[in-house]
Amino acid sequence: MPYQSIKFIQTGSLAVGGRLLAEDQRSVQSGAQRSNSLTLGHRACQGCGEALGARIALDACQRATGGKTIAVNATGCLEVFSTPYPETSWQLPWLHSLFGNAPAVAAGVAAALRAKSRDDVRVVGQGGDGGTVDIGFACLSGMFERNDDVLYICYDNEAYMNTGVQRSGATPYAARTATTEPVGPEPGNKFGQGKNVPMIAMAHEIPYVATATVSDLRDLEYKVERAMEFRGARYLHVLVPCPLGWGSAPESTIEVARLATQTGLFPVFEAEDGEVVSATPIRHRTGVRDYLRIQRRYAHLFKPAERTEMIDRIQRGADRNITRFGLLPADDIDAELATVGAGRAEEITS
Amino acid sequence: MNKPFAITLEVGSSRANQTGSWRTERPVYVDSLPPCNHACPAGENIQQWLYQGEDGSYENAWRQIMADNPFPAIMGRVCYRPCETACNRAQLDEAVGINSVERFLGDEALRQGWTMPVEAPPSGRRVLVVGCGPSGLSAAYQLTRLGHAVTIRDAGAAPGGMMRYGIPKYRLPRDVLDAEVQRIVDMGVTLELNTTVKDIQSLLRDGGAGEPDAGKNAGKDADGKFDAVFVAVGAHIGRRAYIPAGDSARILDAVSMLRDMEGEEPPLLGRRVAVYGGGNTAMDAARTARRLGASEAIVVYRRTRERMPAHDIEVKEALEEGVTMRWLSTITHADGGKLQIEKMALDETGFPQPTGEFTELEADCLVLALGQDADLSLLEGVSGVEFTDGVVQVSPELMTGYPGIFAGGDMVPGERTVTVGIGHGKKAARCIDAWLRSDHYTREPKHDLAPFGNLNTWYYEDAPATVRPQLDAARRTTSFDEVVGGLDASNALFEARRCLSCGNCFECDNCYGVCPDNAVIKLGVGERYQIDLNYCKGCGICVHECPSGSIKMVPEEA
Ligand SMILES: Cc1ncc(C[n+]2csc(CCOP(=O)(O)OP(=O)(O)O)c2C)c(N)n1
Ligand code: SF4
Ligand SMILES: [Mg+2]
Repeated sequence: MPYQSIKFIQTGSLAVGGRLLAEDQRSVQSGAQRSNSLTLGHRACQGCGEALGARIALDACQRATGGKTIAVNATGCLEVFSTPYPETSWQLPWLHSLFGNAPAVAAGVAAALRAKSRDDVRVVGQGGDGGTVDIGFACLSGMFERNDDVLYICYDNEAYMNTGVQRSGATPYAARTATTEPVGPEPGNKFGQGKNVPMIAMAHEIPYVATATVSDLRDLEYKVERAMEFRGARYLHVLVPCPLGWGSAPESTIEVARLATQTGLFPVFEAEDGEVVSATPIRHRTGVRDYLRIQRRYAHLFKPAERTEMIDRIQRGADRNITRFGLLPADDIDAELATVGAGRAEEITS
Repeated sequence: MNKPFAITLEVGSSRANQTGSWRTERPVYVDSLPPCNHACPAGENIQQWLYQGEDGSYENAWRQIMADNPFPAIMGRVCYRPCETACNRAQLDEAVGINSVERFLGDEALRQGWTMPVEAPPSGRRVLVVGCGPSGLSAAYQLTRLGHAVTIRDAGAAPGGMMRYGIPKYRLPRDVLDAEVQRIVDMGVTLELNTTVKDIQSLLRDGGAGEPDAGKNAGKDADGKFDAVFVAVGAHIGRRAYIPAGDSARILDAVSMLRDMEGEEPPLLGRRVAVYGGGNTAMDAARTARRLGASEAIVVYRRTRERMPAHDIEVKEALEEGVTMRWLSTITHADGGKLQIEKMALDETGFPQPTGEFTELEADCLVLALGQDADLSLLEGVSGVEFTDGVVQVSPELMTGYPGIFAGGDMVPGERTVTVGIGHGKKAARCIDAWLRSDHYTREPKHDLAPFGNLNTWYYEDAPATVRPQLDAARRTTSFDEVVGGLDASNALFEARRCLSCGNCFECDNCYGVCPDNAVIKLGVGERYQIDLNYCKGCGICVHECPSGSIKMVPEEA
C-alpha cells in the first residue's frame, strides 16, 4: 500500500474519515475545513467523476502547499462547467488558455515564479484525456523533457466529453462513442491499446508518475501530496467515470471506478524516476463482465448476442495488467487472515 | 467603468447557480432497525451499545445494555444469541461476537462496581413480584427505575430462579449471578425468600389503579397490600412420561436433578446415565452427569439431530465432553439397570414412528428431560384468569383476566429462555407503570429493517471473529469450572469494531467526501450530516457509497 493503511478500525482507511481515527489519520476530504477548491454551483452533470476528482486533488494540493497553488486548465468539461462567464467555481488562482496548450502555459507560470524567486507557490496543470493525450500531448512531452516544476493532472474520462463524447486516444477498445458506433464486425472503438500516457511519462524518467481513481479518495490524496514532495515534472493520471458518456448510473460513478481497479483494467500504481515503486493490490478480484455490463457504452458486447471474443480480449488486457503490476499479492490471503484474530486486536489498542 | 480590456462584468461565484433545482430525487438520512436488535428478545439496542463500545466507552455501552437488560454478565454467558444468528456480518465473514462483548461489558461493570441510579421520583405505588427468576427480577429492576416500590417474594432459598436451579455452574458461575442480583436488590428492591405466596387477590388493593397513597404512607407497607402484581413463577415442574418400569429402575427428572445440584448433596446417578429428551435441559443433565463422575452419559432422543430443540452450541459442547447420542430412539421399558429401546423412523411429515425393532441399553439411572410445566397453582381459581395448554393467557400488555395481575416468563405462551423472560419482565414493568397511571403502554413504532443488501460492504475491513478461549475437555468433565472464557479488553474492542452499524450512521464521512457537488454539510461529532438542498443535484452517490445503508433516495414532490 502506498499510503499508510490504518489497521483494523471498522472501516480503517477505506472510508473517507471516521471518529475512531486520530486527527493525522483523517483524509483531507473528511475535514470540515477542507478548501473546496471547486465550490458549490458548478454545472457538472449529476454524478460527475471529473468534478469530484478535481476537488479531491486540488484540495489535497492546497493542503500540501499551504494554500499556495495556481491551477492552469485546458479546455474541456472541467473548464466549461466551472467557469461560464462571469461566474467561477474556483477558489484558487486559476487560468485557462487553450485546449492544447495547458502543459506549456503551466510551464510558463512555473518559469515566471522562478524568475520572481517564489518557490513557495506551486503550479498544477490539468485537463481531460483529449487535452492531455491528444491535442496537448506535444506540450506535455516538452514539459516532461524540460522537467518543468509542474504537477500535471489528467482527468481521464476516456473520450471528448465536452463536445459530445467523441473518441480520444484514451478511449478503450470496444467502447462506443459518437464516433465509434456499435455497428459492424468490430463494433465500438477498434483500436486496441490507446495511449498509455503514464507509461509514456515514465519513459521520460521524470521524478514522479502515478495513477489513481475517484474510488480511492485517500489514495488520490496521497498521490497528490507525494507528488508535491518532488520538484520538477510530475504526472498524475486519474480515472474519472462520466455517467453521461459511459452510460452508467449517476450514483454508480465510484462503483464503476472501483470495478475498473478490481478487474485490473485500470492499474493503480506510482513510479519514481521511471521505475514503478508500488501498486495498489486488488482486494476483491472481479471479472471484466461486471464492469462492462453496467455501462451502456459496452451494451453491444452483450446484445443482441454476447461477443465473447471481444470480452475475452478485454479480460486478457486486465489479466496482463495484474501480472505486469503485481496487483494480486502472491501469498495466500486466507493464511494471513487466519492469524489476525487476537494478533490484530493488540495492534488496535497499542 | 474601470475594467481591463474586454471585461464587462464583475467576476461572480458559481454559488449563484443553485443546482438543487435539477433534482428529481433527494437523499434522506434514515435510522433503520438492525437485524440484531430486531432478533433480541430482551429488546436490547445492540448496534447502539456496540457503537458506544467501539471507542472504548465501556461504561456508556454497559448503561445502554442496562436500559433493557439488567444482566449483561449473565446473558453474556447463557443467552442463545438470536442476535448473532441474525447478524448481517455473517453474510460477509462471521457474525459479530455480540454475546462475548456483552459478557466483557457485564464483567467489566462488576469489576468496576458500576451501579444504576434510580432517577424517577417515588410514585407512591407498591408492586409485588412473585418469583425471583429472570423475568421477575427484570420486572422488579425496571419498576424500581420507574419509581415504584417493589417487593419480590419467592419460595426458594436463594434468588435467581432457573438461572440458579436450572443452569449448571459451568455455564453460569454463581458469583456472577449473585453479583448481578445483588445490584438490583441494592437499588431498593425488597427481597423476601422462602416465602410462598397464597391468595393473591387478598394482596391487591381494592380498585386496582386508583389514586396513589398520599402523605406519609406513600409507597409504605401500610396495609401490606399492593397496587399491582407481576407473577413470574416459571415452569419448573419436570414433565413425566409414562414408562413401564420395574421396581429396581432408578428414574428421576432433569429439573429436580439440576435443582439438587444446588443442595448439600449432589444427586447419585451411577456410572452409566441415560438422559431421555433432546432439549437444552437434556444437554445440561448429561453434561452435569459427566461432571458427577458418570463414565457414560447417553442422550436418548426420538428424532434426529437436526430436529433436536437443543441449541447447536449446547449439543456441540456436550459432544466435546464425551456425551453420546442415540438418535431415533424411544425408551419402552426400564428395569434393573437396563433400558429397552425401540428404533424409530421419521415418516414423511417428519414425525417419528415406531419400527418394532428393539435393542437394550445398560443404564444405572434414567433422567427424564421431556419438558417442563408451569406452576399455575397461584393463579388457579382467580376470577377471570384463563389457561390454555398449561399456560396463563395474558393480554398484549401481559395482564391476566384479573385487573392488576400481570404474568410473564415461562408461564405464559412463548419461547422459554432466560432472554425472553427478561424481555417479558421489561415489558410487564412498562405496562404495569402505564396501568398504574390509568394509561396504556404504547411502544414507539419500529424502524424498517436494515437488510444486508443495503450495506456497501466494500468499506469494511476484512476481520474474522475473535474466538473465545475454552476450557480444555479434560478439565471440563472433572470440574464445574466455567467452560467458556471471556474476552480481554483488546479482543472485545476488536470484536465490537467488527460491527457494521447496519442501518445507522456511524459518521464515517463518506457522504461528505464523495459528493461531487459539495452538497453534504458536516455538522460535527455526534451531529451527523445534512444535505444542502440548494445545491444537491440528486445524483445518489452518497446513498450508494454509504457503508451502513443509512441514506435513501426519495422522489421530490412534483
Ligand atoms: C483547438 C480546439 N479544438 C476543439 C475544441 C473543442 N473542444 C472543446 S472541449 C473538447 C473536448 C475535451 O475533451 P477532453 O479533453 O477529454 O475533456 P473532457 O471534456 O472529456 O473532460 C473539444 C474537442 C477546442 N476548444 N479547441
Ligand atoms: S453487524 Fe452490527 S448492527 Fe449489523 S447485525 Fe451484526 S451486530 Fe447488528
Ligand atoms: Mg475526456
